[in-house]
Amino acid sequence: MNTFSIGGVHPQDNKQYSAHKKIVEVPLPQKAIVPLSQHIGAPAKPIVAKGDKVLVGQLIAEAGGFVSANIHSPVSGTVTKVDTTLDAWGMRVPAIFIDVEGDDWISEADRTPAVNRICKLEPQQIIEKVKNAGIVGLGGACFPTHVKLMPPPGKKAEVLIVNGVECEPYLTCDHQLMLEHGEEIVVGIQILMKALGIARAVIGIEKNKPDAIENMRKLAAHTLGVSVQPLDLKYPQGGEKQLIDACIGRQVPSGALPIEVGAVVDNVATIYAVYQAVQKNIPLVSRVVTVTGKEVARPGNYLVRFGTPVADIIDFAGGVPENTGKIVGGGPMMGRAMSRLDMPANKRVSGLLLIPESEARRTDPANCIRCAKCVGACPMGLEPYLLSKLASLSRWDEMEKHNVMDCIDCGCCQFTCPSYRPLLDYIRMGKAEVGGLIRARAAKK
Amino acid sequence: MNPIVIALIALGATGLLAAVLLYVVAQKFKVEEDPRIDLVQEVLPGANCGGCGFAGCRALAEACCKADTLEGLLCPVGGQETMAKVGDILGLAPVASEPMVAVVRCNGTCQARARNSEYDGTRSCKIVNSLYVGETACPFGCLGCGDCVAACQFGAISINPETGLPEVDDDKCTSCGACVKACPRHIIELRKKGPKNRRIFVSCVNKDKGAIARKACLNACIGCGKCEKECKFDAIHVENNVAYIDFTKCRMCRKCVAACPTGAIHELNFPPKPAPKPQETEAQPAAAQPQPADPKPQTVVAPQPAAEAQPAAQPVTPATESAAESQQAVTPQPQTETKTDNVNTED
Repeated sequence: MNTFSIGGVHPQDNKQYSAHKKIVEVPLPQKAIVPLSQHIGAPAKPIVAKGDKVLVGQLIAEAGGFVSANIHSPVSGTVTKVDTTLDAWGMRVPAIFIDVEGDDWISEADRTPAVNRICKLEPQQIIEKVKNAGIVGLGGACFPTHVKLMPPPGKKAEVLIVNGVECEPYLTCDHQLMLEHGEEIVVGIQILMKALGIARAVIGIEKNKPDAIENMRKLAAHTLGVSVQPLDLKYPQGGEKQLIDACIGRQVPSGALPIEVGAVVDNVATIYAVYQAVQKNIPLVSRVVTVTGKEVARPGNYLVRFGTPVADIIDFAGGVPENTGKIVGGGPMMGRAMSRLDMPANKRVSGLLLIPESEARRTDPANCIRCAKCVGACPMGLEPYLLSKLASLSRWDEMEKHNVMDCIDCGCCQFTCPSYRPLLDYIRMGKAEVGGLIRARAAKK
Repeated sequence: MNPIVIALIALGATGLLAAVLLYVVAQKFKVEEDPRIDLVQEVLPGANCGGCGFAGCRALAEACCKADTLEGLLCPVGGQETMAKVGDILGLAPVASEPMVAVVRCNGTCQARARNSEYDGTRSCKIVNSLYVGETACPFGCLGCGDCVAACQFGAISINPETGLPEVDDDKCTSCGACVKACPRHIIELRKKGPKNRRIFVSCVNKDKGAIARKACLNACIGCGKCEKECKFDAIHVENNVAYIDFTKCRMCRKCVAACPTGAIHELNFPPKPAPKPQETEAQPAAAQPQPADPKPQTVVAPQPAAEAQPAAQPVTPATESAAESQQAVTPQPQTETKTDNVNTED
């Protein structure tokens, strides 16, 4: 069995609450709020105005730059306003408000369940379709997928790595997707291989999902170049660089992108979205969201249209249990607690985790005992104790020298710290500051 | 010969040679430095706070010695007195400058801003600011974690536990500007200290539209522009839904303070108003409870504590101008603690 070479931790995976729960569609909301910034990069520019009638899948906002993504209407109805809304953290973001009327799709969308295996498009046409469908990495970072499919000149992709790891505890949406839509994912992999002009793809799946490994193996058996790589359990195996290391044994150098070692990494949910866009003409308007937690009445995997308020999704899963202390968007390791529930689901929300009050609080930090557990746990080979100290002292230059920009925010350091020190809080703050300094320097040149 | 004598001679000769060598090198590579730099550095306070804009006291001393006039060179910690001494040493005339003081422009007290979430991460404003809006709904207001307190070398700023807001001690503040830089929300500003420490300023930086700002905080500036109309000296301007008083133009007439419907404009260190209006005694206790159904439009400003920096601890009765808004506005929930939502932040 393979895994990545340095660092990593073993949190309890707690996937039993929602594992093997069939994907259920959440009813459409009465009013959908579609934020314009659901991806990394420039926010999309709205192309509809108040009073416009829209259909499901209709383009309502255009990408605002190369690293940006189109946004399509997840519902059909009337645009009531183009204004701002509050995101999960109370910050104002631009959004389009739509009053839902029925569920009418654009005419070209093929919503039949039959799997369409034949793709006769040229690579350029595939990339164009992926770009138009507004597909972004659904693993969490929301990086526009079409950018990954266009390697910079001089770089050549050699292998597509499919991320079916789902190393984040509690989340099961990718697992369930591999069980229910494995066939579509294999077709999606072939489409991406064609787009990239490569002959090899590796599906990385952690061994706590034996049925997914078996299912994907069976489906990929007759597909040339596609293999399944079972992986040992270790967090953060789903990190791009860690997964490349685990699957094909190549290390991405500091500051470089995966394409440097000839790899392109895509999540299974992203690949399913690519299949939908290319073969079925369905743009990215929904995703599978895991709603889970120890006390949730109906934890499970829910197919959610973007724009549905988070509160509606949780209500559908049985409502917020009385003793809930924290609601996290995403998993417990990388997710962020939400300060409000009226915010709409978007491409970023992969899970909703309801943590009971008794487990929600942090333990008070004690002094650093120089045990270096954080150094051992860091999958990027950094020194978290040092970086957090430097950040608290505002010594940005030194942080940059110690490669703070390599940090992937995985939280292993904070998870492993026996003194419960808020290492990641400081490192993240320092990373933002150093990132700002680097950008300012680049702008000056 | 006695080996001890040989050793002594050899050692002595080596020492002498080294001494001569060192002397020659020292003479050859001598760094000429203005001797006045040391003298100037001696009269500077030595806090190395960087408030002057230079790396430390030594750097300011060097800059003073190089400069032809003392214009633009000021030690905010030592103030006029120190600069006069520096002028004496260098034979330069000191340039008169206005003493400044740090002013906290947020009056979102615990009463005025209900907490809708609880933060249990690291107590640092910078970190909270990068994570989310904060424990209250105001995305512009004070986060109350005390980054400014930690930044102040002079112990001039402290968080008032009652209001949850920082307060500046006028006497200790040296206007070095460390707190201004430390505040991630740019709430603290250096303003003219004013005659007898009297100051008038808009204690709010919320750029949201009036209705949104008011929902987040009862004491917010709603950008209504009443103060702008009231001001005869063109000192107040409303920009981005928030009023700003230009302290170089303000003549301290205090008309804007009375005009502000939300009590966002603060006056400091003024003597209490001479003739209290008859309603004032009634309005005082009413401030904490919901207003009677139909109060006449009135303007009551709670008398300010004479010397303390932030008057925000006392509820300021907003003038009731539009009936609907006032009804909502003058119903502060004193029990904000119990209203706290159980949704927390930060995993």
